[in-house]
Amino acid sequence: MASGSILKLKFFNILLICAFFLTASLFPTSVSAQEKTSESKDKKFDPKDVILEHIGDSHSWPVIGKTTLPLPVILYTDKGFEVFSSKKIEAEGSVYAGEKYSYKLEGGKVKAVDASGAIDVAASKKVWDFSITRNVVSMFMSMSILLIVFLSISSSYKKREGKAPKGLQSFLEPLIVFVRDDIAIPNMGIKYARFMPLLLTVFFFILINNLLGMIPIFPGGFNLTGNIAVTAVLSVIILFVVNLNGNKHYWKHIFVPNPWWLFIIMIPVEIVSIFSKPIALMIRLFANITAGHIVILSLISLIFIFGTLWVSPVSIVFVVFMDCIELLVAFLQAYIFTLLSSLFIGMAIEEHH
Amino acid sequence: MTGMIGTLAQAVGMHGNIAALGAGLAAIGAGIGIGQIGGKAVEAIARQPEAISKIQTNMIIAAALVEGVALFAVVVAMIG
Repeated sequence: MASGSILKLKFFNILLICAFFLTASLFPTSVSAQEKTSESKDKKFDPKDVILEHIGDSHSWPVIGKTTLPLPVILYTDKGFEVFSSKKIEAEGSVYAGEKYSYKLEGGKVKAVDASGAIDVAASKKVWDFSITRNVVSMFMSMSILLIVFLSISSSYKKREGKAPKGLQSFLEPLIVFVRDDIAIPNMGIKYARFMPLLLTVFFFILINNLLGMIPIFPGGFNLTGNIAVTAVLSVIILFVVNLNGNKHYWKHIFVPNPWWLFIIMIPVEIVSIFSKPIALMIRLFANITAGHIVILSLISLIFIFGTLWVSPVSIVFVVFMDCIELLVAFLQAYIFTLLSSLFIGMAIEEHH
Repeated sequence: MTGMIGTLAQAVGMHGNIAALGAGLAAIGAGIGIGQIGGKAVEAIARQPEAISKIQTNMIIAAALVEGVALFAVVVAMIG
């Protein structure tokens, strides 16, 4: 552990906060108020669009009402990098003539268009999107919160060696001890210490993203753990850790079934189960969080569908009730993901009894 | 609605997406499963009230796993 750099903690903290805000404001951004152009044409409220827009990813971050914060668009084309602010393609159907190609926002994705404005399918395939979208900024934010909190806790553990924990330490110590005593040790036995950093990271990452996603106002309200790409990455990490740490008994269990003549059925089944367990982890987390967000957004859209003000007390009561359930689900999903990961790792490293 | 069953349903007079029907069936499965878990857990608490916290923890874990399976079906309904 690099104890030398962590000890300069206050400076590191300040540096981290400055780095976050610097990257977020690096591109010339201005909060822009959009005109409600389509309001006069279509009065009927379509909840599906609103809900999909809230749980999906986008190239700009809505701050309040119709004002949004445009985020940078970073594209890697076959002719090189191309970077511009998403304000240039924000308005519906506007085309930005970049250095390499011209771009248009089509269905939330940036596509390359030719001179007349029609989508150029062949060129769009060569444009790879590495933009800083809303999910990426929210991930940076939650990562910096996690780093600040946990680095400060670790430095205060070192400074207060042997003394009782105080402050932020004592707030998070029950959770950390819970992960160690109730998740890691029962499932992994004596060799748990090697995998504790992974389990703690997974648990707190999922927990803080779930909780921040439930805050309705500005810096919250994103849907990071409900993005299947993010949960896919977490489960791929678990897949690699489990299979790279599997000992001889783990692989023997898969490839040498007990009565040898069952090998024709058992080996494909066991191979599928190597992959299906992390896939189940991925889908469980994604579906739980996304379903929770969709239910809350639908209950609020009830007010707009019915159009009267008298639906709002009913709707708000339901939403508060669903928010309590969502709070439970946030903790529970983090706990279940970590528990199942430690179970799989424990099965891979256990000795023959 | 697309597909053979979808067009049949539309001929009978059904509106909307048949995927919603699939999601509803998944909800029935989840309801039955979690209801069984809850019922057995409450019975176990009645038999042995001092084990209440262990039983509760295991009930919550089992309920989350069953709900995961129901949500697989919802995800497939969403994609379809």
